[in-house]
Amino acid sequence: MKSDDFACMISRSEPGPGDGGRTGSWRVQRPVIDTAKCIPAKTGKPSCFTCWLFCPDAVVTKTIPPTIDYVYCKGCGICAEECPAGAISMEDESRFITEENDKGCI
Amino acid sequence: MHLIESGNVAAATGVKLSRAQVIAAYPITPQTPLTEKLSEFVAEGSLTAEYIPVESEHSAMAVCIAASSAGARAFTATSANGLLYMNEQLHWAAGARLPIVMCVANRGIGAPWTVWNDHQDSISQRDGGWIQLYANDHQQIIDTVIKAFRLSEIVSIPVMVCYDGYLLSHTYMPFEAPDQDRVDAFLPLFSPKNKLDPDQPSNFNTVTLPDVRPDVRGNLAPGYMEIRHTLHQDMRNSMEVLKDIDQAFLDAFGRGGTPFVEPYRCDDVEHVVVCMGSLSYHMRDVIDQLRSEGVNVGVMGVQLYRPFPDQAMVSALSGKRSVMVFEKALSYGNQGALYADIKSALYNVDRRPLISNHILGLGGREIKTQHLYDAVKQACGNPETLGDTPHWIGLKCQAS
Repeated sequence: MKSDDFACMISRSEPGPGDGGRTGSWRVQRPVIDTAKCIPAKTGKPSCFTCWLFCPDAVVTKTIPPTIDYVYCKGCGICAEECPAGAISMEDESRFITEENDKGCI
Repeated sequence: MHLIESGNVAAATGVKLSRAQVIAAYPITPQTPLTEKLSEFVAEGSLTAEYIPVESEHSAMAVCIAASSAGARAFTATSANGLLYMNEQLHWAAGARLPIVMCVANRGIGAPWTVWNDHQDSISQRDGGWIQLYANDHQQIIDTVIKAFRLSEIVSIPVMVCYDGYLLSHTYMPFEAPDQDRVDAFLPLFSPKNKLDPDQPSNFNTVTLPDVRPDVRGNLAPGYMEIRHTLHQDMRNSMEVLKDIDQAFLDAFGRGGTPFVEPYRCDDVEHVVVCMGSLSYHMRDVIDQLRSEGVNVGVMGVQLYRPFPDQAMVSALSGKRSVMVFEKALSYGNQGALYADIKSALYNVDRRPLISNHILGLGGREIKTQHLYDAVKQACGNPETLGDTPHWIGLKCQAS
């Protein structure tokens, strides 16, 4: 037997969205951005982006306004905790489930 | 070139000839002279390697894991509590399928403190996914180290090369160190199947969920259970590779031919003694004496313990009248681990031998040839009466 016959199944993956599966299904609470309070959204300037900086799963975009990829957001709440403007609220996920099941997002 | 040197130097010479590229080790008795010798080789320039003096055995194995992941041929060595301190990283190295080679100069485990020899340290690591080879003398130490690198790199499984502390590590014996060019021909440079590569960024061994899941391209990636099943299958298949390597080594260097077990005067005998390490050679004197007295007994050394060579055990022991397993370790509260494994391997044979377990030499308790002679002679005389409970040899007193 040669080395090619061995270690044919190991844990190796490419970095990229979805390497951990669709982790949005783990979420119990959902971060929702209030664009009336969010600094870049309110000022129209590329500033703050504290949520983008702190998100451990890189699901927040550095855009005006910032957006959150709910397919992968696990709902950890760090963005809401760190937002200096108090613009992100954690809302009960069950509110959204019926609607997104219909869209096939979860 | 022939040398008269210690077992630790035999191991270090094997590592040097194998051109290890990263060596990370923390000194612990009786392994220390091995790593000292390697650091000398690196310092004097006779071995081109990165020698990383770490602050613990856990770090030593962590460095080997990192080095091997980056595609370097990595080596470490330890004993006893140092091996236990590596434990978590040992399981990681096996699960990550990294071809690391480690020497274990076998020593008893504290508490109470002992620095002397038994096999409890490496035996306690039998279930972690490392291949375990046991050497019986200095020549086998150096040869096994060289073979271990080739084996681990083909099967992507780490390999422990175990040899008795003090009895081999610190005694001097003649052995042949093969020429470098012949070792180079036998052991090609390490070209890892999987390694960290900036041109092809990868995540290794990230968290797995209980079920399989698609990767970033949408292809189904193996989950924890598939990866572990592969490790088990590859462990089993590595026996075939070891057999081939042993044959290739025999062809190239004229030594070997017993990759799994090493029988001595076992043809057509009634009784077989089984042991691991230098004890199997010590036992040969006893066998010669008993044979001259007409006792029909031989001895078999076990050189591969994990994966367990069950077929070799069946071939060697099936049909014998009795098998006596002498061990310098046990699974506390049960029996000797080797004994239990051999018993299990023999469960399905048609002519199942009587089998007994003998525990001796723990914490370096002297194993006197007379003790071995008495125990083997008595066991051969009345194998039916020995039962399943381990017999302790050399015990001087018992709690009343």
